[in-house]
This record gives sequence, structure tokens and C-alpha cells, in this order.
Amino acid sequence: MSLRIDQQIISDWIPDGAKVLDLGCGNGALLNHLQQRNITGYGLEIDNSKFADCIRAGISVLQADLDEGLSQFADQSFDFVILSQTLQAIKRPDFLLREIVRVGKKGIIGFPNFGHWQCRMQLALGGRMPVSRALPNAWFETPNIHLCTIQDFEQLCASHKLTVLNHSIVNHEHKDSLGVRLLPNLFGQVAVYLVQQQDNE
Amino acid sequence: MPETIPADSVGLVSPSTLHVDAPLKLDCGRTLSSYDLVYETYGELNADHSNAVLICHALSGDHHAAGYHTMEDRKPGWWDSAIGPGKAIDTNRFFVVCPNNLGGCKGSSGPNTINPDNGELYGPDFPIVTVPDWVRSQAVLADKLGIKQWAAVIGGSLGGMQALQWAISLPERVRHTVIIAAAPKLSAQNIAFNEVARTAIKSDPDFHDGHYMRFNTLPRQGLGLARMLGHITYLSDEAMGQKFGRELRSGAIQYGYDVEFQIESYLRYQSTSFVERFDANTYLLMTKALDYFDPAKEFDDDLTRTVAHIEAKALVMSFTSDWRFSPMRSREIVNAMLAAGKPVTYAEIEAHQGHDAFLMPIPRYLDIFGTYMRQIATEVTA
Repeated sequence: MSLRIDQQIISDWIPDGAKVLDLGCGNGALLNHLQQRNITGYGLEIDNSKFADCIRAGISVLQADLDEGLSQFADQSFDFVILSQTLQAIKRPDFLLREIVRVGKKGIIGFPNFGHWQCRMQLALGGRMPVSRALPNAWFETPNIHLCTIQDFEQLCASHKLTVLNHSIVNHEHKDSLGVRLLPNLFGQVAVYLVQQQDNE
Repeated sequence: MPETIPADSVGLVSPSTLHVDAPLKLDCGRTLSSYDLVYETYGELNADHSNAVLICHALSGDHHAAGYHTMEDRKPGWWDSAIGPGKAIDTNRFFVVCPNNLGGCKGSSGPNTINPDNGELYGPDFPIVTVPDWVRSQAVLADKLGIKQWAAVIGGSLGGMQALQWAISLPERVRHTVIIAAAPKLSAQNIAFNEVARTAIKSDPDFHDGHYMRFNTLPRQGLGLARMLGHITYLSDEAMGQKFGRELRSGAIQYGYDVEFQIESYLRYQSTSFVERFDANTYLLMTKALDYFDPAKEFDDDLTRTVAHIEAKALVMSFTSDWRFSPMRSREIVNAMLAAGKPVTYAEIEAHQGHDAFLMPIPRYLDIFGTYMRQIATEVTA
């Protein structure tokens, strides 16, 4: 199973032997990859069709609705709680973000950047809701109900007193582009943040 | 009756009997000096004996889990939907063992068998056995079959409780535990239903304090009532509504007390067919084993500490419409496993069939079940 670009970044940030929780773990590719480095944990997935994929990937997977929070997990019971490409489909991203840093010593959140210039152009010039590779659904059928830009996300972290320990903003090709480095909120397609509750420092 | 045996059936099978002469000390303090265990097996044990799977049956189940005994059988074994070549529990890969529990009434030592100590029928004097007792007796069977570790111990309902108990009692002997539609212990409501069933049996004038065989009779009324009540708790309101609704047998209300609604007719059929095939003393015993099941009791009622001993990986499954052992009860097991940091996979299956769903060919259920079993097969090179 191959990893998406955001999953490659996340994998690089997690040290061998860590204990992780992957929220919305999809087909289990990331956890399967991490297991080879003695990184253990659980995936949470609600989608029926992806659930069997997770079992085939040999990971421990739990059927759970992230909108209900993570009450089954104790405070600080994981080294990392991962939420990758799922934040935008959550009913209350702010609530889940608090849950992530409650349950995890560190949280890793990856999301599609709605501030990317192509999104802005589609809305500003085309007058239509943006449809892109990261956000392929039309507005009326999309599960992505809470889209945000990189600036929006950083503001949410600040208002919840989360420290950003690391972040990586890339485009799908993962090309090192000058544009992404200079104006990430305009040229970055995928953002990944490593955060921590300020009291945890 | 199968005209021809279906390709995905284990086919014609026959039970075996293990006679054990070594005494078995029971939780109740009594000892069985010797006992019989009747069991069936399907599939082939592989060279390193690593592909064996133990099936644990529920309250009214037995050792005949799959296939047919004769070509005249009306129905296959009770879990034929899940056991067979190419099925979720694939007999091309696994060696499947299903014993009749001690205290049962289908051939293993129980109330309807002869007490070897005095040559008389046990009847109500058969000691009450517990879920841990069953695990101990099944471990003797495993030894006899040359199975050091089960690739999986699998069960639904009371069978799921046995699968959990196996992983707790003998951690090194269980590679995977598959716990379906179960609970870590019974609730007061669960015990209350069991007590109504027991009262129905015991208050039947033909019960004779459990010695009905001496009087050449059966507590048909009482056991039938117990089965009717049980059956209501195995189905969901929705499933009953879909199957029977308010349909009348004769099409019109008769203003009388005879059977009028189809559901009444169905319950009566269930009860009369059950009393012919099941022993009342066994029914009492099985409900007691359910009531007493509480593995956390030994660990200060701390389920997390209880499951901390488990070495097996667990698959836990529940069904949305099951109100006898609801998904919440399965999640208690799952959450304890999570708190103990144990590998566990949990699926909540959308199903309207109620508790009985675990016996039904529900596509998503069997898909997840089968995928998990195939994953086990790759581990044990089955």
C-alpha cells in the first residue's frame, strides 16, 4: 500500500516504538506502514467499505463516529493522535481538536488548504464553489462541510492555546516550490501540523 | 432435507465422543469423577497443529454447528451460515472443533446422562457448571486433539463469553478471540429474564423438582414458556414487525382466546418444537452459567485489569438492533481492551434482526468476519 503525501510527512514525524491513534484511518495504509517500525495503536473508521481494507492491512480498527468524540480513550493515552484529510468532514472541528490534544500527547492534523490559489480563482472569477483534486465533490454532495485555510487553522490553534511544533505545507507533487515557501496559504495544497497543548510543554 | 449437499457445506458429518477419566474440579466445589464431551470437527488439522479453531455454542446450541448428519435432515447445523468451504470460517483453511458444553443435553455429560458414580440419571443433581468450567473441560479436549494453541476461539452470545473467558483463563492457548453479540457480564434485566424462564419451568406441575424423567413426563408447558420468552428477547421489535406485523391467521378477529395473530402461532410453534429437542434441567443450568458469568469479579470488578492478562488479539462484533446484549455491552469489552492497550478490532453491524443476527447470513457481518479469519489464516499458514 502506498502512502499519500501527507501520510509520508506524518510517518517521518513519528519516532519508532510510539503509540498512535489514527482518526479516520481509511484503508489502514498509514498504520500498516507504521507497524513495520514497531509503532502500535488503533485506527478509527466509520466507512463500511474501508473497514475490511483495514483488517486486510492487519491493523486494529474500531468502528467509531468521530463526531461523538473520543470518550473511550483516557487522557494522554497516546504519543500521537493523527487526523489526516478528515478535519474538513467533522461536524465540530474545534471540539475534535480539543479531544485530540486531550487523548494524545501530541496531535498531527493534515487538511486540504482551501486558501490555495485555484480555489480562490474558482470562486472569485468563476463564481462557483471550488472543485479540486483534494476536494473533488460538488457543494451539495460533499462530505467536506468545514473547509479552512492555513491561516484559519493557525488561528484555531492559537485560540485553543495549542503550540505548533512543526508544520509542512506542500503541493500534491511534493515539489519544492518557491511559491509554497514564500506564500504557503496561496500555493500550498496540503497542510500538515504537529501541535501540542500549551500545558504539556 | 438437502436433495444434494451444497458445494459450500461441510457435507455429511458425524460427532465423536471424548471420554475423560481424570476428575474435573468445578467452581461450585463439586468434582466430576469422569465425563464425556461430544464434539464435531470439520476440515483438516495442519502439520504444525496451528490452524485449529474452537467454536463455542450459546444457550440452546450444541456440537452440531455445520453440515448434515443424514440426507434426511431438515436443516444443517446451527452455524452453517458461517462454517464451510469458502465461508467466513473456511474449512479449507481451518480445522474447526465444536464441542457440546458440559451440562448440555446433546450427548456431553449433563442432566440427561447417567451419573457414573451411582448408575442413575443425573437429572437436577448434575452440578451447576460455569463458563470457566467449560474452558477447563474444553482445554482437556484440546490436549487430546494435540492443539496447544487455538488459532481462534469463536462464539456468539454465551459462546462469545466463553471466547472471552478462554483468552482470560488460558492466555497462551488463544491466538485470536472472536467475541460476537456478547457482554462482560449480565445486567439485572438479563438476569431477570432468565429468572422468569426458570420460574416458568420450575412451576410446571410436570417438573417434579427436576425429576420429570422418573415420572415419564416433561415440563412441556414451562420449558415452552421459557423458550417463548427467550425468543422474544432474541428478536427486535422491527424484525418481528417485518416478519409478522399484525397479520391474522384467519384474516379476521374472532373475539376469543385462541391463537389469532401470526406472532402467537409462531411463538407456539417455537415452544412446542423446542421442548421435544431440549432438556429443561439443561435450560436451567445454562441460564445459571449466564447469570454467574463475571470474569472481572476476581479482579476487584476491574475489567481492564481482567483483560490485561489476554495475549490474544480480539475481534468484537455487535448488532445495532440487539437489545439482549446491545452494542453498548460489547463496547464495555472493547473499552477495557483499549485501556489495557490490547489489540482489538470492533465492528458494529447495522442489522434489524436483533440478538439472533449473529446466526444470520448478513453480508457485511460475514464479510468482516471472513476478512478477519483470512487474516488469521495468513498468520498460521493455514
